[in-house]
Amino acid sequence: MFKILKYSFYDLARSRWSYIYFLFYFILALVLLFLNHDLSKAVITLMNVIIILVPLIGTIFGVMYYYNSREFTELLLAQPIKRKSIFLGQYLGIAISLSLSLLLGIGIPFVIYGLFNSAAIWDFSLLLLTGVFLTFIFVALAFNISIDNENKIKGFGYAVLLWLFMAVIYDGLFLMSLVMFEDYPLDKFSLIGSMLNPIDLSRTLILLKLDISVLMGYTGAVFKQYFGTNVGLFTSLGVLFIWIIVPVRRIVIRAKRKDF
Amino acid sequence: MIEINSLSKKFNKNVVLFDLDLLIEKAGIFAILGPNGSGKTTLIKAILGMVIPDDGEIMVANINIRKSSNYRYNLDYLPQIANFPHNLKVRELIAMIKDLRGETDEEENLIDRFNLYPFLDKKLGNLSGGTKQKVNILLTFMYDSPILILDEPTTGLDPIALIQLKKLILEKKEAGKTILITSHIMSFVEEMTDEIVFLLEGKIHFKGLIQKLKQDTQQKDLEHAIAVLLEKSHV
Amino acid sequence: MHLKIFSLLLTLPLSLSLLVANGTGVCEKCPIKSIQEAIDQASAGDTIFIQKGIYKESNILVDKPLVIIGEDFPTIDGEDRGEIIRIVSDSVTIDGVFIVNVGTSYTSDHAAIRVVKSSHFVIQNVVLEKLFFGIFIEKSQEGKIYHNKIIGDAQDEYNSGNGIHLWYSKKISISKNTVQNVRDGIYLEFADSITVVGNISRDNLRYGLHFMFSNNDVYNDNVFENNGAGVAVMFSKHISMYNNQFRDNWGTASFGLLLKEINDLEIEHNLFESNTIAISVEGANRVNYLNNEFKSNGWAIKVRGACYTNLFKGNSFLNNSFDVSYNSRINDNLFEGNYWSNYSGYDLDKDGVGDVPYRPVKLFSYIVNRTPEAIVLMRSLFIDIIDFSEKVSPVFTPDELVDKHPLMNVL
Repeated sequence: MFKILKYSFYDLARSRWSYIYFLFYFILALVLLFLNHDLSKAVITLMNVIIILVPLIGTIFGVMYYYNSREFTELLLAQPIKRKSIFLGQYLGIAISLSLSLLLGIGIPFVIYGLFNSAAIWDFSLLLLTGVFLTFIFVALAFNISIDNENKIKGFGYAVLLWLFMAVIYDGLFLMSLVMFEDYPLDKFSLIGSMLNPIDLSRTLILLKLDISVLMGYTGAVFKQYFGTNVGLFTSLGVLFIWIIVPVRRIVIRAKRKDF
Repeated sequence: MIEINSLSKKFNKNVVLFDLDLLIEKAGIFAILGPNGSGKTTLIKAILGMVIPDDGEIMVANINIRKSSNYRYNLDYLPQIANFPHNLKVRELIAMIKDLRGETDEEENLIDRFNLYPFLDKKLGNLSGGTKQKVNILLTFMYDSPILILDEPTTGLDPIALIQLKKLILEKKEAGKTILITSHIMSFVEEMTDEIVFLLEGKIHFKGLIQKLKQDTQQKDLEHAIAVLLEKSHV
Repeated sequence: MHLKIFSLLLTLPLSLSLLVANGTGVCEKCPIKSIQEAIDQASAGDTIFIQKGIYKESNILVDKPLVIIGEDFPTIDGEDRGEIIRIVSDSVTIDGVFIVNVGTSYTSDHAAIRVVKSSHFVIQNVVLEKLFFGIFIEKSQEGKIYHNKIIGDAQDEYNSGNGIHLWYSKKISISKNTVQNVRDGIYLEFADSITVVGNISRDNLRYGLHFMFSNNDVYNDNVFENNGAGVAVMFSKHISMYNNQFRDNWGTASFGLLLKEINDLEIEHNLFESNTIAISVEGANRVNYLNNEFKSNGWAIKVRGACYTNLFKGNSFLNNSFDVSYNSRINDNLFEGNYWSNYSGYDLDKDGVGDVPYRPVKLFSYIVNRTPEAIVLMRSLFIDIIDFSEKVSPVFTPDELVDKHPLMNVL
C-alpha cells in the first residue's frame, strides 16, 4: 500500500492541479491577511471557504483522479499486489497531497503574518484540522461514487450532486424540519442532525470557537453540555473520524468485488 | 500452466462466459480469437484476477487465483490501452514497477531494442501512443515469468518496433514460456501462433492448431477459416 | 535651645494627634479595648484610631459624627452574629478597616456597614469578606463610598446579599470600588443623582450592577465582567453611561446590559465584548447609543419590542454573531454611520462611507428567535443564501431598518 501511496503522491505532487490548488489557497490567505489586517475576520472568511470549497475540490479531484487513472489501475491490478493496497494507496495519495496543498497554501501566509504570536492560533489550527478531515472524507466519498459508476459523466454528476446536497440542500431540509417541529424540544435532534453531515459537523466545530458566546445563550441541557464543555469538540472530532473510516471501509469492500 | 474449470460470468443479465473449460498445459503461443463481445477480454481478465467469476475456478501454475494475489508473479500482462500516470517519467515508471514486482536486469536490453533512451526522462503524459506502447511492452517483457498475456500487442507500433516485438515473442517461446495473445490482425496471428482458441458467445468453439482449423474448414488462410467458423455457428 | 527644639520635635506627632484630631486610640492593650466603648466615650467630631488587632464585635452603633480610622487594617470579626456597623448619624467616616463574618439571615438583610437616614458619610478603604450584604445605604444622602474592596463567597442567590446596596438614597458617589462574588455587585433602588465611577464589579452571581427606579444617575469608567446576568437598568430615566466595559457575561439569560422600561439614556464610548447578548432592550425610548464598540458578542443588540426614537450612531460592530436582532417588523430607530465588520459593500467615491446601505438584521436572527435550535446551522451556505435573498427583498425583517451610511473603517 505504501508503495502505491508513494507513487500516487509523486504523481500528484507534480500535477499542475496540485499547484493551482495550492496557489489558490496561498493567494486567498495572503489577500485576506494583508489587505484586511483583521485576523478574526480572516479566519471567518477562511472558514466559509474551507467548508464549501474543500469538499467540492475533494470530490471533483477524487472522481477525476479515479477515472483518469483507470488504465493505470488496471496495470497495477495485473501486478502481484492486493486490491486493497492499490485503492487505499491511491486514496491516501490524493487525500494527502490535497491536504498538503491546503495546509501549506494557508499555513505559509499565516506563519509569515506572525501567527505563532497570535491568540488566533488555536482557531486557526482547528480550521486546518477540519479542512484535512473534510479532504479525507470527500475524497473517500468520491472514490465510492466512481467505483460504483463506470460511466464517467454519471460519476461526475453524482459527485457534484453529493456536494450540492451536503453543502446546501441538507441544511435546507434540516432547517425546514427544525421550523416544522419547533414546538418540541429539539436540542438532541439538532445535534444529531448536524452530525449526519460532515460539512455541518465541521461547521459546528468551528462555531465552537467563533460563536461560543451565542451558543451559550441556549437553555437546552444537552446543548449546554455539548457546547459548554469539551464534549462537543471531542464528539465532533470522533464523528468526523467515523466519517472517514466508513467510506474507506466501503472502498475496500467494493474494490474486492469489482470487475475491471 | 493454466487450468480453467466451468467458468461463468455475467455482467448484469448479460452472460459473457458460460461454463467454460480451458486447459493450457504446455509452452507455446496461443491466440484467443473471437468476434467482438465473444468474451475474449473477460476471459483474459478473469485469468488476471481483474474480473471476478460468478462460478468456476481458475488455477495458474497450480495456484487457485482466489487465494492470493501472489500468483501474479507468474504472469506478465500487456494491456490493450496503455495509460500511465501523466506526471511520472518513463525512468520512474520502470523503477516503480521494479519496486512493486522485484528486481530485473532485462530493462536495459529492452530500452536498447526499442530505442527508448531519448524518452527516459520524459513525462509519460507527453509520449505518443506508439512510444507509450513500447514502454508498455518493455514493462511486460522485462520479467522472466512463465506466462505472458498480450492484449492486442501490435497497437500503434511502427514496422521496426513490430519486428522487435515478434522477435521478443519468439524468444520467449524458445525460453519455454506460455504466451496468450489476442489480436484482430490475422496475419500476425497466423505468423506467430501455434494454437488458437476460438471463442463465441462465451463458449470455446474450437481449440487446436491453425493447421487443423484450415483442414477442418478447407480454407487456405486463417481469415477465411474463421469466417467459416462464424458462419457455421450462425446456421 | 537646640535641645528644646529636639524634644519638641520628638513630642510633635503625639501632641498633633491629640490636639488636632482629638482622637481616641483603641487597641488590645489600650485602656479602651472595644470599638463600641470608644464610640460611646467619644464626643461628636472626634477621631477614633483602631490599631492593628482582631476585634470580635457586632452590632456596633455609630450615633454621633465621628471619624473612625483603622491603622494597618484592624480586623472586625462579626462572628456571624448579624450586622456589624450601623451608622445613624450624619458626617461619619469609616476608613481602613477589615470586616469579616457578617451573619447570614433569611429574614433581615444584615450588612457589614449600614447607613440609615444619614448624610455626609464617607466609607473608604474598607475591605469586606465573608459577608451577607456589604455596604447598605438606606434613606441617606450626600455620601461617598470610595475605594473599598468587597469579596464575597456567594454560592446561591437565595442566601447571598449585595455588595453595595442603595435604597431610597440620593447624591452619593460610588467610586474605585471592587466588588466580586456577591449576588448583585452594586444595587440601586430608588436612588437618584448617583455617580458610579471607576468601579470593578465581577464574578457576581446575578448582576454586576442592578438598577431600578433610579433617575439622573451617571456611570462611567466601570468594568462589569463575568457576572451571571450582566448589568440591568430598569424603570429609570435620564441616565448616562460612558466609558464602561461590559465583558464575558455568558449564559442563557445573560447580557452585558439589559435596558427595560427606560427613557432618555445616553450610552457612549462603552465597550461590549464577548457577551451572549451585549445589549438587550425592551421598552427603551429616546436612547442614544453613540460611539460604542461591540466586539465578538453573540448578539450586539437584541430588541425585544416597544423601542422608539433610539439613535445608533458611530458605533463599531466587530465580529458579532448577530449585529441586530428584532422580533417585529416595526422600527422607529435610526441606525446611522456605524461601522459593521459584516458589511461587504464598497466605497467608490472614497469618502469613508459605504455606497450601499447595510441591513444589520438578518433573516437568520429572526429564525433563531423562533427556533433557537436552528443556531446549529449558523454560517452554513444555505443560511447565507436565504439571508441574501431576504436582504434583496425583506419579508420578515423590518424593511426600513438600514444603516444608509455605513462606515468603511473602525472609528
